[in-house]
Amino acid sequence: MLPPVFGVLFDGVAYGMLLFVLSVGLSVTLGLMNFVNLAHCAFAMLGGYVTVTLVNDLNWPFLATLPIAFLAAAIVSMALERTLYRRLYRASDLDQVLLTIGLAFISVAIAAYIFGTTQQPVETPASLRGTIGVLGLDLGKYRLFLLGVALVVTMLLVVGLEYTRFGAQVRAAVDNQRMARGLGIDVDRTFASTFALGSGLAGLGGALAIEIVGLDPNFAFTYLVYVLIIVSVGGLGSIAGSFAAAILIGVSDVAGKYYAPELGAFLIYLVMVLVLMWRPAGLFGRR
Amino acid sequence: MTSPTTITPQAYMRAQSRWHPLEIAFWLATLLPFVLFPNYLSLASQITITALFALSLDIILGYAGIVSLGHAAFFGIGAYTAGLISKFGWGEPLTGLIIATTAAGLVGFAVSFIISRFRHFTLIMITLGLGLLAFEAANRAHWLTGGSDGLQGVSIWPVLGIFKFDLYGYTAYAYSLAALFVVFLAARLLINSPFGLALRGIRENWVRMPAIGAHSRAHIRKAFTIAAAMAGLAGALLAQTTESVSLESISFQRSADVLVMLVLGGAGRLYGGLVGAVIFMVARDQFSGIAPQYWYFWIGILLVTVVMVLPNGILGGLSHFYARWRRK
Repeated sequence: MLPPVFGVLFDGVAYGMLLFVLSVGLSVTLGLMNFVNLAHCAFAMLGGYVTVTLVNDLNWPFLATLPIAFLAAAIVSMALERTLYRRLYRASDLDQVLLTIGLAFISVAIAAYIFGTTQQPVETPASLRGTIGVLGLDLGKYRLFLLGVALVVTMLLVVGLEYTRFGAQVRAAVDNQRMARGLGIDVDRTFASTFALGSGLAGLGGALAIEIVGLDPNFAFTYLVYVLIIVSVGGLGSIAGSFAAAILIGVSDVAGKYYAPELGAFLIYLVMVLVLMWRPAGLFGRR
Repeated sequence: MTSPTTITPQAYMRAQSRWHPLEIAFWLATLLPFVLFPNYLSLASQITITALFALSLDIILGYAGIVSLGHAAFFGIGAYTAGLISKFGWGEPLTGLIIATTAAGLVGFAVSFIISRFRHFTLIMITLGLGLLAFEAANRAHWLTGGSDGLQGVSIWPVLGIFKFDLYGYTAYAYSLAALFVVFLAARLLINSPFGLALRGIRENWVRMPAIGAHSRAHIRKAFTIAAAMAGLAGALLAQTTESVSLESISFQRSADVLVMLVLGGAGRLYGGLVGAVIFMVARDQFSGIAPQYWYFWIGILLVTVVMVLPNGILGGLSHFYARWRRK
């Protein structure tokens, strides 16, 4: 029999895994191009709405919509990268912030126009509902599923980055962009693919998030803050860093809500500011 | 005409600080609402306060190049300070303004030691984090600030003991406009001083400035403190003229809005924030009557357009065309 604190810990880790899937793409693209993309969660929201539409209007099974959510976000992000983002790679932080905040504003208004401002429900399959009793704890099946998905994503990313040619190019470009260019790596193209991949993962995260945190047009801003916190605490371009930071933030958020609800989001913001003051490049950052 | 290379530094500074006829026309035009739009004086007063807030952001963002996503924290500190002083029995407006400005300036001074150590993404994240912390603090301290219900029970005595705050906003507009004008004169002196020149140097290259004897971090600390105090003054004006403080005055939304206004008008120009605030606030007043939730769609489109087409804002674009026209 385990004490209830393990239940809180489990929920926190599961929540952290969700945040990890949402944020890992931004971490890699920020590390690669130093592009401050504040519209990242708009792509996540897009994935969420794709899943909602497919499940509720076209009666698709929930699990089958997840790859579509990934693809939709990846394709839209690629189109935007080709038309808008790429012109600002060498622009100032301010210009990048303004462009991407503008895109996020537009996405919020479009989502409100099409779907209204209410929370969107989504029906998950029966096999993912309810709880399983393990050592006296009631563990949510959906949260176990989240853990599984996040671990698979992490494995794929780590294997993809460590053992493939594309992964080697990405790592080279993150470590030293000029040297990578000098060796003939097409960094812009590497970035475009990575950007689509990262946004696709955000779309997947958005679809997975509906069951846990709900979905409304403000998603693009509410979770942007969490994602930015994880990215900056974990360190730009570091998958392990994002993983550790996502667990840290997920557990502090759930534990904070459980044990000190009067603090609200105060705790997370404080954790972020203190970590950044202590290590400006994040826990695992090298720059 | 002398070529720029032969101008002495003193002559350059003097040429910079000379009043342009358009500037005088601009300030005379600010008096027009009294005559032309007497029904819109409360809006005019809101615009004036927002313009002052945008001017304060311009000092750090436009001139020193420090991107802040949490500038509303200082606006909120000023607003809550002014509101609380009056709630606890001292409703004299001018001393209230001074106390609120000092409070925001002191907090700004403390924060500036953090700000001046960081650049780029980390800086954006730290300003965002501090802004959100300030918001959460105001939200949680319900016993002091009223939380999401807003601070009630603010009552302000007549300005100088004579001019009562009326329903039509005559006093409010005159009072805000006077404050904006005085602060603007100070900001103008500051920007056209050697210190202002050093700030622009830091914006362009903050590593090289110490090499010519300008201590970047000390300059950033000073500029940040001044901007925080100005933002606090704007917040205090809002609290006094509306006799209430809402949680919105310290929110991320306000930080983002003021950034949009400044960039729209043209950052790094004294009038950029003022022009941006006028356009933004009038447009919001007109559009939000039609469909409030889609207002941000147009803001988004505007932002993308400004970044892609008009990198220096409306004033930057205008002065570009003016320069081309002069050359012909």
